[in-house]
Order: sequence, then structure tokens, then C-alpha cells
Amino acid sequence: MLRADGITVAYGRQRVLRGADLAVAPGVVTGLAGPSGCGKSTLARVLALLLRPDAGRLTVDGAEVHRWRHRASRDLRTRVALIFQQPRLAVDPRLTLREIAAEPFHATGRPPDPAAELADDLGLTSELMVRRPHEVSDGQLQRACVARALALRPRYVICDEMTTMLDASTQAHLIARLEAYRRETGAGILAITHDEELLTRWTEPSGGPTVRMS
Amino acid sequence: MTSSLTVRSLSVRFHLPGATVHAVSDASFAVRQGECLALVGESGCGKSVMAHALMGLLPGNATVAGSAWLRTGGAPPLDLIAAPERVLARTVRGRRIGLVPQSPAAHLTPVRTARAQLVEALRELGNPAPADELAARAGLAPAQLDRYPHQLSGGMAQRVVNAIALAGDPWLIIADEPTSGLDRPLVDATMTELRRLADDGRAVLLITHDLRAAEQVADHIAVMYASRVVSLAPAAEFFAGPRHPYAAGLLEALPSRGFTPIPGRPPELTDLPAGCAFLPRCDRSTAACSHLPEAGTEPSRVACHHPLEHHVAR
Ligand SMILES: Nc1ncnc2c1ncn2[C@@H]1O[C@H](COP(=O)(O)OP(=O)(O)OP(=O)(O)O)[C@@H](O)[C@H]1O
Ligand code: SF4
Ligand SMILES: [Mg+2]
Repeated sequence: MLRADGITVAYGRQRVLRGADLAVAPGVVTGLAGPSGCGKSTLARVLALLLRPDAGRLTVDGAEVHRWRHRASRDLRTRVALIFQQPRLAVDPRLTLREIAAEPFHATGRPPDPAAELADDLGLTSELMVRRPHEVSDGQLQRACVARALALRPRYVICDEMTTMLDASTQAHLIARLEAYRRETGAGILAITHDEELLTRWTEPSGGPTVRMS
Repeated sequence: MTSSLTVRSLSVRFHLPGATVHAVSDASFAVRQGECLALVGESGCGKSVMAHALMGLLPGNATVAGSAWLRTGGAPPLDLIAAPERVLARTVRGRRIGLVPQSPAAHLTPVRTARAQLVEALRELGNPAPADELAARAGLAPAQLDRYPHQLSGGMAQRVVNAIALAGDPWLIIADEPTSGLDRPLVDATMTELRRLADDGRAVLLITHDLRAAEQVADHIAVMYASRVVSLAPAAEFFAGPRHPYAAGLLEALPSRGFTPIPGRPPELTDLPAGCAFLPRCDRSTAACSHLPEAGTEPSRVACHHPLEHHVAR
């Protein structure tokens, strides 16, 4: 279980989260919905150990998190992957798509071959993989980010409006890939989206709950 | 005379080491005063490149062919493709055409507040309207304007760039995914605003993956596949039953319908076939499909050898 209790985050004087609780169980898709700007993305960053909350507790499979970002232990960090709403802000513009998808391997020294296979599975051809972010579309870049997120086989995958830049068919395809990953590995998925129909379709097969923030 | 943008045989190629990307091929369409045209299609099919070509914002490794005549008000007609950069910068971008870019947060300067950036746009374009008023129309509260980009949620950043695109009171609004990260009420508000702009005598080119939003505002739907406009139809007709097999597959993939992806994968734009690019994924294909289907220039058209037939009650 990936569990956040009483999370509070403020940016300057402005409080974004006030005592938020959320649990992401392994093996199912948990939905998270709420109006624009209610703090879903902030909570997502806390869950992915990328943002230290001002108050509250985060536990990953029972282990409490005390260190965040690069200070967090590699084991904890690689257990949770985050796919961002805007891929352009989430990549180093100097890298090729192949390097982006293989980035996690450089940090761990594991061989990068599975990343290429995964990218292919996600519909990224080898010709696209040698390009840099400004030479591909937003949707193509997002698929490279999904490959990067799954590269180290995380136990939890947080998808923050992952498909807003994708057409319906690519969206259905990508979610089918993620569902296959979930069934194969028993990973827990957090699906953050404004699209109620998508939320229903995505959470239904695993019978996961949907949490609503306000 | 009514104002319009008329695009004819627009093509864009990117030259990469060892490959040429066919990003837009032979695209023709028009947007007229009072109209909203929605452009939909698979991720990577060339929609944003088309928008950038019209704005003169393509990178140096691109070549463009074709024409895009802008006829508005008393100004002499201008071919956006042939016009020099100086003319585009001084008279077109922001003034006659406003662009809402995809990936809004990437277009805001991190060190300045949203208000500073909106005020600057208003001043540069000589618009005396107060920033708060413009922001309110985009669905932003004054206090939200005082934030720095990193303090904005994805949906707020979207509304900031939407407001900036309107700062010069442009005749044509090209909105590239203007609703990403917005919840339903904000999507609805954005669509209402775009509709209002069109009804006021402007024109809107809406690029979107949100077919429901497109249905709300568009008069016509253009579908792109692998760099080509493969169908163009009145919105009501399109949603009653799209005639192009790709468009039909796209609708079937919606979560509200089958949620089934179109089988196979998009073709590589560096290596497009001579015939119909949808052939490997199409269940209606025949030998005829290895020849390129004609798109024509009719207002309602479909580039397919075997389009679906629908019996629409009239
Ligand atoms: N600077 C560039 N150099 C080479 N190829 C490019 C460049 N910019 C875009 N492309 C390619 O051109 C094609 C069209 O890209 P475009 O950004 O227009 O897609 P899109 O339809 O807007 O996709 P999305 O829905 O994902 O935003 C893509 O295949 C992309 O990889
Ligand atoms: S031209 Fe042929 S292959 Fe192409 S969409 Fe039509 S039927 Fe399918
Ligand atoms: Mg695009």
C-alpha cells in the first residue's frame, strides 16, 4: 500500500493541501478526481517522493518516508513512478527519446534494453526514438515518458492527467498497456483525470475505488 | 466581403539527418467569419505543425509549400506562407491571429508572474483593456494572476495562455488543445467563450482531442491522419456517423463508446506509402487503396475509396 495521511502543503502563504489522505492499493486502479487546481498534482508529487509536505505522513509498503527527492533511498524512489500532465516540462530537452526512456537505467546501472522494447510496444518507432523532444509531438513525447516511468518496474504508477494530450485511440491503447502491466506485476495505479467517463472505464476492471477531492 | 482564411495544398517537410518527415501533406480547408472549425486526429499526425506553419513559427529545418490566404476587414489579402517574417511579426501574430499553444506552462516565463506576462502582451498589442477583465473571460480570478508559473496548476496555466492569446483581439483564434488539464465546467466555459468569439464575427480553428468539446462548438470537423486532411464534414453529420474509416475508429475508441484502440500503429511520417496511409489498419481496404484516394476541395468530403455510408434522416 502507498499511503498518504494528513498531507499539508503550502506554496508560500498559499495552502494547496490541508490534511489530505489517500491510499493506493497494489493490484488495482484507484481513481482520483476533483476540480482544476484542487491540489491533485501536488498530492501526486508528494506520493512520488518528489515534494516534501509541510505536514503529514507517507508510507510505501509500510516503510515511512523521511527523505525526499534525490535524498530518498533509491529503493523507495524507484518503487513509485509518476507520469506528468505535461511531458515537455518533465524531460531534458537535450536528450533523445531513447535516452529519456532509458534515463532510469543510467541511475541504476542496469542494462537499458527493456526500455526499447517497451517503447516499441507503446507505438514509438526506432526512427522516432533518435529524435529530441522539440522534434516530436506532445503525444509522442508522453509515450516516451510512459516508457521511462515503467522502465524500473515500479510497484506504484501515478498517472497525472496522463492522456489529456492524446487522441481517443492512443489513449485507449496506452491505458490497455498500463492495464497489462498492472495485471502482470500486481502494481497499484493511481488514475488522476477530469474525464468521468475515462475514470469509470479505467477503474472498473479492477474494481478500485475513486477518491474525490474538493 | 466576409473575412476568411483559405488554406490550399499546404505541405510541411522537416529535414532530419537521413530522413524527411512529411508532417503536413496537401492540406486544403477554409475557416470563415463566424465559424469554428475543429481539427482532430491521431497524436503526431501534424495538427500542431499545421498551426505553427500558419503562424510562421516553424523551425529552420522545415520547408513549406502551398498558400494560406488571410482576408480580413479592410486589410489587403495576405498569404501567410509567402509573407516575410517581419510582416508576420508586426501585423499577424497576436494581432490578426492569436495562438493558444499546446503545453501552456512551457510557454510562460518562469521568473515573472502571470499578470506581468499578460500586461506585457496587452501593452505590446496596444490593448487598453485591464488584465483582470481578460483573465476573467478565460476563467481566472485576479489573485490567480499574481502567481508565478510554478505556482499555477496545469489548468490555471492553460487559462493564462488562453487569455494572452486574446490580448490583441485577433480575428482568428488558433487554439491548440486549449482545454488540457481543465475540469468539465472549465471546458464548458472555454468552449462557450470560443463560440462567443466566433459568433461575434471572428473565426476559430480548434485543435483538440476532446471530441465532446469539439461537438459543443464546432461547425465543421476536419480529420487529419498521417499528415493529410482525410475528411471534412459539418459537425452534426460527422457525429451522426463519420464516413472515413479512421474517423469511425477514432469515435469507437472513446471511453463513452467502445474504448477500443484502432488496431496496429500509426505509420512513420518519414516513410509514408504511396497509397492510403490507413491501409494497414483498415478493415475496408481493397486493392484500389494502394492508390492515393482523392480528397477534393468540396466543403464536405472524404478521402477514401470505400467510405462508410450512413443514412442520415433529413
Ligand atoms: N522540428 C521537427 N523536426 C522533425 N519532425 C518534427 C518536428 N516537429 C514535429 N515533427 C514531427 O511532425 C509530426 C507532426 O507533429 P505535430 O506536433 O504536428 O503532431 P500533433 O498532431 O500536433 O500531435 P499531438 O496530438 O501529439 O500534439 C510528428 O510526427 C512529429 O514527430
Ligand atoms: S482508402 Fe481504403 S484503406 Fe484507406 S481508409 Fe478508405 S477503405 Fe481504408
Ligand atoms: Mg499537437
